[in-house]
Order: sequence, then C-alpha cells, then structure tokens
Amino acid sequence: MPAISMTVNGESVCGEAEGRTLLVEFIREKLGLTGTHVGCDTSQCGACVVLVDGKAVKSCTALAVAHDGAEVTTVEGLARDGKMHPMQEAFKDNHGLQCGFCTPGMVIASIDIVNRLGKDLSEETIRHELEGNICRCTGYHNIVAAVKAGAANM
Amino acid sequence: MDNGTGIGARVKRKEDHRFLTGKGNYTDDINLPRQTYAYFVRSPHAHATIKKIDTSTARTMPGVVGVFTGEDVAATKLGGLICGWMIHSKDGSPMKAGPHPILALGKVRYVGDHVAVVIAETREQAKAAAAAVDVEYGVLPHVVDVAEAMGHKAQVHDVAPDNRVYNWSIGDEAATDAAFKRAAHVTRIDLVNNRLIPNAMEPRAAIGYYDTGAEHYTLYTTSQNPHVARLVISAFHGLAPEHKLRVVAPDVGGGFGSKIFIYAEEVVCVWASKFVGGRPVKWTAERTESFLADAHGRDHVTHAEMATDASGKIIGFKVHTKAAMGAYLSTFSSCVPTYLYATLLSGQYNIPNIYAEVDALYTNTAPVDAYRGAGRPEATYVVERIVETAARELKMDPAEFRRKNFVTQFPHQTPVIMCYDAGDYAATLDKALEIADVKGFAARKAASAARGNFRGLGYSAYIEACGIAPSAAVGSLGAGVGLWESAEVRVNPVGTVEILTGSHSHGQGHETTFAQLVSDRLGIDINNVSIVHGDTDKVQFGMGTYGSRSGAVGMTAVAKALDKIEAKAKRIAAAVMESSPDDVEFRNGAFTVKGTDKKMAFGEVALSAYVAHKFNSAQIEPGLKESAFHDPSNFVFPAGVHIAEIEIDGDTGVTTVVNYTAVDDFGNVINPMIVEGQVHGGITQGIGQALAEGAVYDKESGQLLTGSYMDYQMPRAADVPSYKLGFTCTPCPSNPLGMKGCGEAGAIASPAAVMNAVTDALGVVDVPMPATPHVVWKQMRHLKKAAE
Repeated sequence: MPAISMTVNGESVCGEAEGRTLLVEFIREKLGLTGTHVGCDTSQCGACVVLVDGKAVKSCTALAVAHDGAEVTTVEGLARDGKMHPMQEAFKDNHGLQCGFCTPGMVIASIDIVNRLGKDLSEETIRHELEGNICRCTGYHNIVAAVKAGAANM
Repeated sequence: MDNGTGIGARVKRKEDHRFLTGKGNYTDDINLPRQTYAYFVRSPHAHATIKKIDTSTARTMPGVVGVFTGEDVAATKLGGLICGWMIHSKDGSPMKAGPHPILALGKVRYVGDHVAVVIAETREQAKAAAAAVDVEYGVLPHVVDVAEAMGHKAQVHDVAPDNRVYNWSIGDEAATDAAFKRAAHVTRIDLVNNRLIPNAMEPRAAIGYYDTGAEHYTLYTTSQNPHVARLVISAFHGLAPEHKLRVVAPDVGGGFGSKIFIYAEEVVCVWASKFVGGRPVKWTAERTESFLADAHGRDHVTHAEMATDASGKIIGFKVHTKAAMGAYLSTFSSCVPTYLYATLLSGQYNIPNIYAEVDALYTNTAPVDAYRGAGRPEATYVVERIVETAARELKMDPAEFRRKNFVTQFPHQTPVIMCYDAGDYAATLDKALEIADVKGFAARKAASAARGNFRGLGYSAYIEACGIAPSAAVGSLGAGVGLWESAEVRVNPVGTVEILTGSHSHGQGHETTFAQLVSDRLGIDINNVSIVHGDTDKVQFGMGTYGSRSGAVGMTAVAKALDKIEAKAKRIAAAVMESSPDDVEFRNGAFTVKGTDKKMAFGEVALSAYVAHKFNSAQIEPGLKESAFHDPSNFVFPAGVHIAEIEIDGDTGVTTVVNYTAVDDFGNVINPMIVEGQVHGGITQGIGQALAEGAVYDKESGQLLTGSYMDYQMPRAADVPSYKLGFTCTPCPSNPLGMKGCGEAGAIASPAAVMNAVTDALGVVDVPMPATPHVVWKQMRHLKKAAE
C-alpha cells in the first residue's frame, strides 16, 4: 500500500492508501476528519467538496494517491483563531443550514465561488454556481442569502 | 421576554457552530473499536422465488467474518418488520399484511429487497464477498404500476390474492350520492400523485453492537424516533427487552419521514453483532441503496368528482384512490392514504357531503410510507386541483370561488372526522393576493405572451392536520401506539437547565427553539439551557419527530414540566424567604414576595433546592427536576394560501417558477427565522414533485430506472426562486402555547399551486407530474396540432 503525504488544514499528514482509496475516505477514515460528508456515489450532491490547492474538488471522485503532496482544506480548517470564516458566519446569520449534512460542501463550494468570481455576486450567479451542491432542507432561499452576505464579508 | 431570545425572537441557531465547523456527529461519523462492516445482497428481480443461496465462496473470501441469510435470522426466532396501524376494510375485515422478514425467506418482492448480509473487516471486503453470494432465483411475474395492481396475475403476497391490502372508506356515501343528484354542475378529474423518493442528504446508516459482558445491545441509527425503534425492536422483533437495548440517533442529516420507519438493515446490524463475537457491525447506505430501499412516498391514482349548486357552493365531493403500498407494509404505511389523507378532503371548505374510498395495493416496488406531509399533500392535491378546475368550468375567479366556499365558523366539524378549531382563511387569501400582486398578473401574462411564452397563476388553499396526535383518538382508528410526548426539566444547582425531550431534531433546530421556550419561561440566559434528545439511555421515552408534532406536542410537554418546576421552586423560595408560597411571584427570572422587597434569583432558588439547608425536607423534597407527558386533545390545523406564478418557454417547454407566495397561519411562532426555513424547504420539495422528481419503475423489467441523482432530478438552486412569505395568526386553542405545526406545510401546499399554474398557462385540465420540459413540450405540441 503506497504511503502518501499531504498538508491538510495546515498540518502535514501522512498515511497509507490503496490505489482505489478515495480522497474522501482518506480524509474521513485515515485522518478522522468527519466534517466532510458523502451524500451520493455519482459525484452529484457536493457534500464532499474540499479545497485542493485552493480549488473546490469533489473528494468522492478523487483518488487519495493522486493527491500526494497536495494542500487540502476541509471544513474543519476554515476557522482562524477560534473565529469562523466569514462564509461560515454568513450561513449561521442567514439560517443557511438545517440538518447540516450538505453544509460543509456547501460552504466550501461557496468560498470557491467567491475566489473565482469575486465578492459581488448576483442571485442568478449564485444559484447557477451552486449546481453541484444539493440541499434537501433549506430550499436554497437562505443559502443564496448566506452566500451573498458571506461573499461581501470575505 | 425582552432579551431577544424568548418566544417570537429570530434567535440564531445554537446547533449551527458544530455543523459549520465539521463537528456534527452523524451515525457514519461514529467508529467503534473492532468494528466490522456489513454489505447487503439485494434482489436484482422485482419478484422471484429464492431457490437456493450458496454462501460457501463468500465465506472464504478475505476479511469475511460472517454471512447471514433469512434462514439464519429465522433460526434465532427474530420477528419480522411490522406495520403499526391496523386499517379495516369497509366490509370489516382487517388489512392483509404479508410477512416482512428482515432478510428474505423464500421470496423476493422488489428490486433491492434484502436477501443476505455479508460482514467483513472492511467495507470493500464485504462488498466483494457480497458479489460472490450465489442466489438462484425463480423469476415470477411482477407488477409495478398501482393502476394495474388490482387483480394482476402477479400476486405479491399470498394473503392478498387480488393484491388489495384493504378497501377502506370514509364519509356518507348515500348522502353524497343524493347531493350529486341535485347538483347544478359536476366537475370530474383524474389525477396521478407521482411516486417520490425522499432523499434526505444523509444516507441511512446503522452501527449495531452487542456487549457480550453486559449482554446488552446498542444501536446507533439514523432515526427520527429512537424510542419507537427500541420499542419495536424489543417488543416485536424480540431482540432483547428494552432495558437491554439502547438506541441512539445522534445528529441526523434530514428525515422527511423516511427515517421514521424501522428498517431491515438496522435490525440486521444489531442482531448480527452477537453472531460475529460481539464486534460492532456498521452499515452505511450507498445513495443507490437509498433510492432502492428507503420507503418511497405518494404514488396515488385518483378519480374525483365535485358537485356544486347553482350558486357555486360545493355540495358534494367523491373520491376514489388507488394507493400503492409497495411490496411490504412499512411501519406507518397503512395510515397514510387513509387517516392522514381522506380526513383532509374537506380542505378549507364547507362541504356538507364527502365520501371517499381507498384501495391500498401491493406492487413489486419499494415500500411506500410517510414522506413530508404524508397523505396531506395527496389530499391537498386532489382538493385544490378539482376546486381550481371547478372554478374554471363555472367561469368563476378561482380565488373568489374558494372564498365563497371557505369555512368561516369555528369549531367546524367536517364530514370526514376532523374538527377544525381555529382559522381565518379569508385573511390568508387576502394577504396572499396582495403579496403575489395578482392584480398585476394580466399585464405580466401579456408580456410573457409577447415573448412567445405561456404564463400561469395557480392557487393552493391548503389545510392540514398535524401535531400528531391525540392518543385515544388515533387508537380508536387503529394506531398501535399513543402519540403523546414526554419532557424532563433538570435544573442544576447553579441554575442552568437541561431539557430532555422525546422529540428528535434532524434539521428543525430544537436545540434553539426549545431553549427559547425555557429562556422565556424561566428568565434565564438561553446559553444556560441545553437540549438532550436522541438517546434512549438519557431520555426515558418519547415518540419522536414527524407529523409537525415537536412544537405542538413536544414543547407543550416541556411547558407542562416547567409549570411543575415553577410550582416547586415557589415553595422552596417561600421557605427560604420565610413567606407563604401563595405570596411568592415569579417573573423575569426572579422570585419575589408580594408586598415586600424580598427577592431571590432563579439560580439562588436552584442552589437552595440542592443545598437543602433552609427548608424542611420532610415537607419539600430536595432537588429541582420535573417531568411531564403531554397527550394533545386535538390535532392542530395550520392552513394557508400559496400562489405560484410560472412561465413556460414556448420553444422548449421549460417551466420556470417566477414568483412564489406563501401565506401561512401557524398560530403563535417561537422562532420566525426557523419557521420560514421550514416553509422554504417544503415549498422546494413540492416544486420538485411538480416539475422534476418522479420515481420510475420499468414496467417490463421491474427495475428502478431512477436510481441515482443522474436519473432522479432533485431541485437545485437554479431550479427555484426566492420565496415571498407572509403570515397570519389564529392561535391554536388546544395547546397552551397556541402553536400549530409548520414542518410540512410547504410540501403540502406547493404541488397543487404549481400545477394549477401550469394548467392555467396551457389552458388544459391536467398535465401529469412531474411536468418536465418534455412533458410540457409534448402537451404544447398536442395543443398546437389541435388548433391547426
């Protein structure tokens, strides 16, 4: 079994991974970071989204061995000095989550949207850009509001 | 309360920090020492006999620690899955419940049916070995379409030769027939309520663990009602008595009904642990398993007729529904198309004569049970589609036709059991008309037409019965359990409070709303209140969360326990302040003695209760802890008017919901932010049903064609608009907080609103759900051809 190493949430980590081990399995099972979720098996729902070298990646559709040396940020790594990231704060302030299961992927995808498109996002842009993330609870209304507010504060 | 955390305040959620920082604790996040993994062998056939199961190869595969089949389960005398609500047919005969073993015995009845389980050191090893379990099937004819199930040559269960589980009726048939005879007009409609797959984002999961030392079982499971799970697994499966079984439902990632039921997989995990040496057995559904084997929702085929008199008053309503049950009767399946459905067929209207008949039918599909709204969306769909159609046929404004027939006097006894206690339907209608700018619709429609598009407006004036439910009433209707709720209030010596509740939160925000009630009532900081739920070792008993019951029933139980806390605290305060309990008043977190300046803060009284130095403990027991059970005296009746405005692209048939207005009367509201969130989510699920979602089984093969998110279209952010909400308030008279339920209303109201808008846009009586672009485009082409 090959040994791989990566930087996850700023810490150097290493572990063994089979060739078929998915990045999300490595994160959840080897590293014990269970904030990243698995909601489907077809790369549709987006609950597993993490940042890899600064870009949003569905970790259920990425092999761990292909990310040897990568810099990964999961939802556990967004807060700084005990203070949540502005996008996390915005989700709380706008009631952008209910059961919380899609939330980690939703927050990270939203940060990625701002990283790519800037802070001034229209409702239409936000809705279109969230096509890779499914939420069953909120009806998206408050997620859209949260992304708009979070973007402004980033 | 003026500190902004009491009843009615938009308090931000206490639970959010852990969810937002990745510290939620869902079942699949839990890992136990020496844990093994289960993988289920599932039926590839819709209907077949099991001739032989050869597990010999699988048993020798790497990592395998156990392979079990239905015969292994039967050998331990573990009971099968049950349906907890007895329905009697109109001829008096009991419903025909076929056997539902936790692993198939002799026969499989739907694609995905649980045949065997393989347990191994890793998930991959279990999955690989499951593929090596050799099952020899004898394929039988199958039926997947409820419209064809009655008397079909495919007979799903021996006990039901014509596939009919029951033929149930409600209302007065003769009186209704007589009303139709004197009708000036009769409106008829045929409707299909499409089968849906709930799709909570967290797939179901379970970890079963048998402690060989203590001879005690623990089950972690994705449940909306862990105590009900423990009761059923103890009393009906017979795994272990309740004191030897702990069920924990930790953070649960959405339920929508689908996690009410007791499922085979969780029972297998906790049962099998004993037979793999007491090692924990973990199972997490793959999403395709969720599609195949979670209980589905809806799936009705209905014919309805509505009689009106010359003045446009509704005088009679007749409904016949064929309701799919799927291959087995799931936990609460039988009550969904009966007492949760036909009892709401009066809608918001004064209809003197109603008669409904329901044939519940087995099909070779996944079981059908409660899904957000459970029967009430199906009822609303029938009522609101036919009311809209009647108004159009009578050339009356659909809003005014509704207003003309609204119930205006309360209490109102309908002909179908329910007694509506409070409401003001005209007020919600007026507010909705205003918010939706219905006056401006004609101009917007003309603008759409100028672009070659079709615009439509649709109403849905729904009512539902929730706050489930008065125990004696549901017992008389066949329920196997009472539907009260329990609460325990534990005041700590420093004055902080723990609330133990039998309600379960899986997105609803109870950790915040229940704390608001306590903060408001005891005048203490909301951060000094914590809510404990979801663990049978902590909370003594409870009935869980579904049927929009946690506010009206669960919080009322908390309120009753708080009454007892206040009464005892007053006695303690009186003793300490050397006055009579009758002279002690409690307000804003402080106990005072009338006519004096004596005063004790709540925390001081709590400390005194435990220090117990200053009262006679022969007269007052030390400590401050009280519990209560609350059994509601009636259902609660939220109602409202939703208005959908849609635009259909004239070229592509794509339907866009351009405006959606919801005005709801939920009585008194604890936290408007959370209530609005519930409405948003419900509306979106209903829009999903109307325009996108539909479970499709292939008639030829019996295979589920919509088995992944690539085939089953979930609503995504770009598929729905932002919503316009409004509220009216008639407090509920049957609970002290005046609350009605809000969890299901959006999903109950919205399919009818959207489809009334689609049919309005196209000028047709019906378009089947889901009205996908292809369905609408075909309809447009048909209309165009007819016009030519």
